[in-house]
Amino acid sequence: MTLASDLLAQIPEASTALDDRGPDVPEIIRGTGHLPEMRVDPVALFTRVRRECGPVGRFRLADKDVVLVTGAEANEAFFRAPDEILDQAAAYPFMTPIFGPGLVFDASPERRQEMLRNQALRGDMMRGHAQTIEAEIHRMVAGWGDHGQIDLLDFFAELTIYTTSSCLIGKPFREELDSSFAQYYHELERGTDAIAYVDASADIDSFRRRDAARLKLVGLMEAIIGKRKARGKVPRDERDLLDVLISLKTQDGGNHFSADEITGIFISMMFAGHHTSSSTASWALIELLRHPDVLAGVVRELDDLYADGSEVSFQALRCIPVLESVLKETLRLHPPLVILMRLVREEFELAGRRIPAGAVVAASPWVSNRLGEDFPDPERFDPGRYIDPRQEDLQNRWTWIPFGAGRHRCVGNAFAMMQMKAIFSVILRDFEFEAEQPLDSYRDDYSKMVIQLQQPCRVKYQRRIRR
Amino acid sequence: MRVIADVTICQGHQLCQGEAPDIFGFDSDGDHVVILVDQPDESRRAGVATAVRYCPAFALSIEED
Repeated sequence: MTLASDLLAQIPEASTALDDRGPDVPEIIRGTGHLPEMRVDPVALFTRVRRECGPVGRFRLADKDVVLVTGAEANEAFFRAPDEILDQAAAYPFMTPIFGPGLVFDASPERRQEMLRNQALRGDMMRGHAQTIEAEIHRMVAGWGDHGQIDLLDFFAELTIYTTSSCLIGKPFREELDSSFAQYYHELERGTDAIAYVDASADIDSFRRRDAARLKLVGLMEAIIGKRKARGKVPRDERDLLDVLISLKTQDGGNHFSADEITGIFISMMFAGHHTSSSTASWALIELLRHPDVLAGVVRELDDLYADGSEVSFQALRCIPVLESVLKETLRLHPPLVILMRLVREEFELAGRRIPAGAVVAASPWVSNRLGEDFPDPERFDPGRYIDPRQEDLQNRWTWIPFGAGRHRCVGNAFAMMQMKAIFSVILRDFEFEAEQPLDSYRDDYSKMVIQLQQPCRVKYQRRIRR
Repeated sequence: MRVIADVTICQGHQLCQGEAPDIFGFDSDGDHVVILVDQPDESRRAGVATAVRYCPAFALSIEED
């Protein structure tokens, strides 16, 4: 029997770029290895693991060793490992206070995917979702006038609250929401400091704000539930998921779910589709502004497509090749999740290394998507990568991983791509955009595990003169 | 061409059936795709290629002869 520590010692460990006992490191995470660096510049850390250690390297987050795998062979082994061996839920301690105790993680990933797919992400639901999304975008730009400016994070974060709530939970619920829900939700996402690897309820500002925001959301939910109860029963076809959850009773006639639990269910259902879609829409627009020739090609494609007066909800479900290649290249260079983690439940072998139970194993979309052997000239924004015969996404299905890969590949990816196509169909048809700040000043804020654009991130718009 | 499905990663979205219903079937007990014709005629290439490209699980591929 080999000790876990002996097995881990055989895996090379990355060097340290930031003194974990330095004066700038918050006291609570002093001496936690690479954790202070992951709060400041995670992509530099993950890139260095690859460079120094190769396809299987290691870094340390407090008492957890994280084995970071990169490259096609190691990634495939990671993504193919069964759930009994690699556990997703336990690897993300910063999510527990956001979703709420126990409730959501009681369901296996398969069960959650099955529930989601059956209810809302089924292929035959997509047409209705496309119509919903088109209507939501029109509502958001209705007050825009002929010119003005927006903050990309504020705008897309609010829009995607409305689209995800309407499509996943239901239209009646969405109609109860305004921008205050989006603001509280944003506070939850900002409450994902990696300090949670030491203490998810540490007394720090972002955690206090997270907990206060969650209480506000529960309060909003209680008010909505109160209105539903006062209103009484409605016909089956007017009910949404909230009506269904309220109607469930325990054996002794009490409510099956409390407002707190329903809030947790809805937060978790919306989480995977919210900041991810918001980030991708923002970065796609920024990359288009950085590459005016590409933007001109997309606008031309959309103008041709809609010249016959066809509807966005129809076309968003069909091929829009140039726009799709832009979205894929945006996802490659700006994956919304830069690391995917699993807790190792049973010792297993990966790329010739034995990895002990209790360690965390991870793959990095950010590093994998930029491997030079799979993506020539990897830093270059080149939508041509996805055009036949290159198809660098399909050719590299274990390293082109903005949506993950294998059985856990993002179950909402077709929904997400449809949503992006609908958003850009509407906004590029009616408006022209221009950067409001230097093009290289748009960047991500890596200080939280949920990565968001750093503000300010403003753009100007002007209504197009239709020919 | 030969059409290959990795049923261990198929998520059962069934989008491929919409693109080429004569090539892709569905096993509802196992909740995964079934290849009905593993060497389809060249005339079916467009539909098969679209199914491969838009498979949400990346579970399909084409192998050239």
